[in-house]
Amino acid sequence: MFGGWLQRKVPGSAAYALLLLLTRAGHAAWAAPTDNIVYQTPSIFDPHSGPAQLIHHLSLFVIEITGAIFIVVASLWVYVVLRFRQRDPSDDSEPPQVYGSTQIELAWTVIPILIVVVLFLTTARILFAIQDQKMPPTAINADVVGHQFWWEFRYPKYGFTTAGELHVPLSTEQAPMTTSLRLLSADVDHSFWVPALFGKIDSIPNRVNSMWFTPDKAGMFVGQCAQFCGVEHAKMLLRVYVQTPEDFAAWVKNQQQPAVQDPAVADGRQVFESQACISCHVVRGTAAQGRFGPDLTHLMSRDTIASGASANTAADLKLWIKDPDYVKPGSLMPAMQLSDDQIDKIVAYLTTLK
Amino acid sequence: MADSTLPIGGAIDLTPQSEVYGTWLEQVHDWVVTADHKKIGLMYMAYALIFLLVGGVEAILLRIQLAVPHNNFLSPEVFNRIFTMHGTTMVFLMGMPLIIGFGNYLVPLMIGARDMAFPRLNAFSFWMTSLGGLFLYYSFIGGVGLQGAGSAPDVTWWAYAPLTERAFSRGHSTDYWALALIISGFGTIGAAVNIIATTLCMRCKGMTLFRMPLLVWLNLVVAGMILITISPLTAAQIMLVIDRYLGGHFFDSQAGGSPVVWNHFFWIFGHPEVYVLVLPAFAIANEIIPVFSRKAIFGYPAMVAASVGIGLISLSVWAHHMFTVGMNSASNAFFVLSTGMVGVPTGIKIFNWLATMWGGKIRFATPMLFCNAFLIQFLFAGLTGIMLSVAPWNWQLHNSYFVVAHFHYVLVGAIVFCFPGGFYYWYPKMTGRMLDERLGKWHFWLFVVGFHMTFDFMHVPGLLGMPRSIYTYEPGRGWDGWNMIVSIGGAVQAVATLIFVYNLVHSYFKGAEAGPDPWDAWTLEWTTTSPPPAYNFASEPVVSSRRPLWDLKHPEDPDSRYE
Repeated sequence: MFGGWLQRKVPGSAAYALLLLLTRAGHAAWAAPTDNIVYQTPSIFDPHSGPAQLIHHLSLFVIEITGAIFIVVASLWVYVVLRFRQRDPSDDSEPPQVYGSTQIELAWTVIPILIVVVLFLTTARILFAIQDQKMPPTAINADVVGHQFWWEFRYPKYGFTTAGELHVPLSTEQAPMTTSLRLLSADVDHSFWVPALFGKIDSIPNRVNSMWFTPDKAGMFVGQCAQFCGVEHAKMLLRVYVQTPEDFAAWVKNQQQPAVQDPAVADGRQVFESQACISCHVVRGTAAQGRFGPDLTHLMSRDTIASGASANTAADLKLWIKDPDYVKPGSLMPAMQLSDDQIDKIVAYLTTLK
Repeated sequence: MADSTLPIGGAIDLTPQSEVYGTWLEQVHDWVVTADHKKIGLMYMAYALIFLLVGGVEAILLRIQLAVPHNNFLSPEVFNRIFTMHGTTMVFLMGMPLIIGFGNYLVPLMIGARDMAFPRLNAFSFWMTSLGGLFLYYSFIGGVGLQGAGSAPDVTWWAYAPLTERAFSRGHSTDYWALALIISGFGTIGAAVNIIATTLCMRCKGMTLFRMPLLVWLNLVVAGMILITISPLTAAQIMLVIDRYLGGHFFDSQAGGSPVVWNHFFWIFGHPEVYVLVLPAFAIANEIIPVFSRKAIFGYPAMVAASVGIGLISLSVWAHHMFTVGMNSASNAFFVLSTGMVGVPTGIKIFNWLATMWGGKIRFATPMLFCNAFLIQFLFAGLTGIMLSVAPWNWQLHNSYFVVAHFHYVLVGAIVFCFPGGFYYWYPKMTGRMLDERLGKWHFWLFVVGFHMTFDFMHVPGLLGMPRSIYTYEPGRGWDGWNMIVSIGGAVQAVATLIFVYNLVHSYFKGAEAGPDPWDAWTLEWTTTSPPPAYNFASEPVVSSRRPLWDLKHPEDPDSRYE
């Protein structure tokens, strides 16, 4: 487990060695797989949608103003400290006493007020532009439902549900396409955050929040839950796949199909349906109609499982079903105490759900 | 002895004290039953320092876990408990007792009083607060808990509902949290009532409100804010307990309650709380900067107005913690404006401190070093605060490591700089001995280096999309190296803090004799012996300006001529 980060090029230092020692000493009995690493930095300074770019421009403006204030005041401070420090420790005379100056104090009250007003007006313009934006009728609607500790994505217009990975269409100047999200929660507070597309908005039970974006670059963008929601808050990751309209349409078409029924894995399906799996999972077109866990109808169309905590391969699925706590300690998926043979059969069945 | 013909009404009493030490048990008994504001103040401070170390150890554990991605040093269950306890400890068991301890010790001395207005309420408040802390920490050993990791709270220190409801927080961890804060909250309210009554009713002859030292003014403002803000917190905790045990549905979303109501209750407490903690740090800077610049504070009336202004405006900014909960755009805009406005009086303070130093003869003894570091750090923290107040940008920054860096910049950069500065300044008064300057400089410079390594670099992973409260993170997100630097900085801060603690103990026995007025200062506490006698002043002092000792030392040019 620790081989992973040791093999990567890191500056060798005494602190590393010390930390290694300490972490070894406290090594817990579990370890998570690391083979679905996505090397992407979700920087807030790398915006790829309309609202994210507005926020980005605003942030640069605010950095300029606050940076200027910092330079002015810090320079004053450096000057004062250098110029007015006591040079001769034996000099006991007191400097002239000054008690205040109304003009100067008025100046440094009024100028900050003006700066605040400018900042407020700029902020308010962007705030209203983003928050009160009317959604075009062509907008793609999706419902985001936060669960402990995974994301459910519903496409009510298209009539299907998926998990962990949100797919949205690309927006171009020729064909603008808005994605409009409703944010809901099934249990506790969560917060939907993909820095490249928007800031974060909380998903709160008994409340409907909203968010929209117009992604301008095809690709995959990472994010994760940003409001502490329990044990596995850290592994409530999420991905947004921005696809060209054609790819998106193809993806939607596939998702709308009922589950593949492959007779070659009929006994796997039989094991799956005779276990408690179906109490929590949906496989559309079968007896599996549970709503507590992610919809598995097109499980294999996804790159990850366990809300991004693990890659989605047959080997990972086996590990995940056998011991969810090993992959994601504290996740609400129970270990079902199945035999290896049963797990193999279930995984064989699941891997046909493309 | 007292002689009213002497300056300051004969308050200066340099009669050597002949203290009688009892047996060890008698001394302990004396501390337990004491109603002396100085002893209670010292107990508050000791209590705060102990929890500073406890909270610091927790911080180190967290930083070891986060130094590298996918670390296994702490399990998620333990990590969540430790970071919840770190936050709760540092705010309620370290910050609050520290500010109340300094207020308790200094306010009566500075206004020429012999004790607080209600000495026994004072003792009661201290013991309530300390019981709250002990109760909270008992949660670690009070049961194995559901996950074998103790029953310490694991719902974050802002404890958003409905995660705290019984459906999601089984066992007793949340109960420990809620009840401990109710108990210590009563203590805090008692202390605030006492400080208000003391400053309003116990001032010596000649000390009008506008001749009070700024430290006393700020403690008065803070006490008023405590009354207004701790009450909603206590109310919310009681509602939470009702939800959990009596079937209430205040925040219980499964029965139609509103989690957002908790957010409002918590932040109407939580944001003013930041100022409750920071204003006493300002208060210390207000005393130290003039003395070590050898000049009167610049713009005293403006400083008073700014303090009261901060107190009032800060009561109207709470929902800037809630820009992401989905308020409508008009509400968001209101809180953008009010939050920006709180920067104005804060700016006045920074400018007035600079103007106080301007034209002075600045002596860089350890207390002044700490206050200067505070000054520039608070400027930086204020500016990142402006960034966070910009609602659309807040949607990106909120709950990221940028926020964590920002509020540690405020709280550590102000409190953990000003209060050690205050210790270096008033320790001679409290114990009669100077703290070691050489160790003090080591403490200061190491702490500055560690602080900046940790909290400057902590902003970066936040800007790169790292959320707070996570027990581990994915490699390859560009966060790895930054987190390592942050963790190493934490270790440097720990070393500096240990030097400070060593200095406190060492100087108590080996420090140089301080005498009544080692810094050539101007306020009334320096007219008594060090440490002051139980009765503080031999007779009631009489003052005629803001700087009674200046008048005494410079009869040719007294302040009273200008006021």
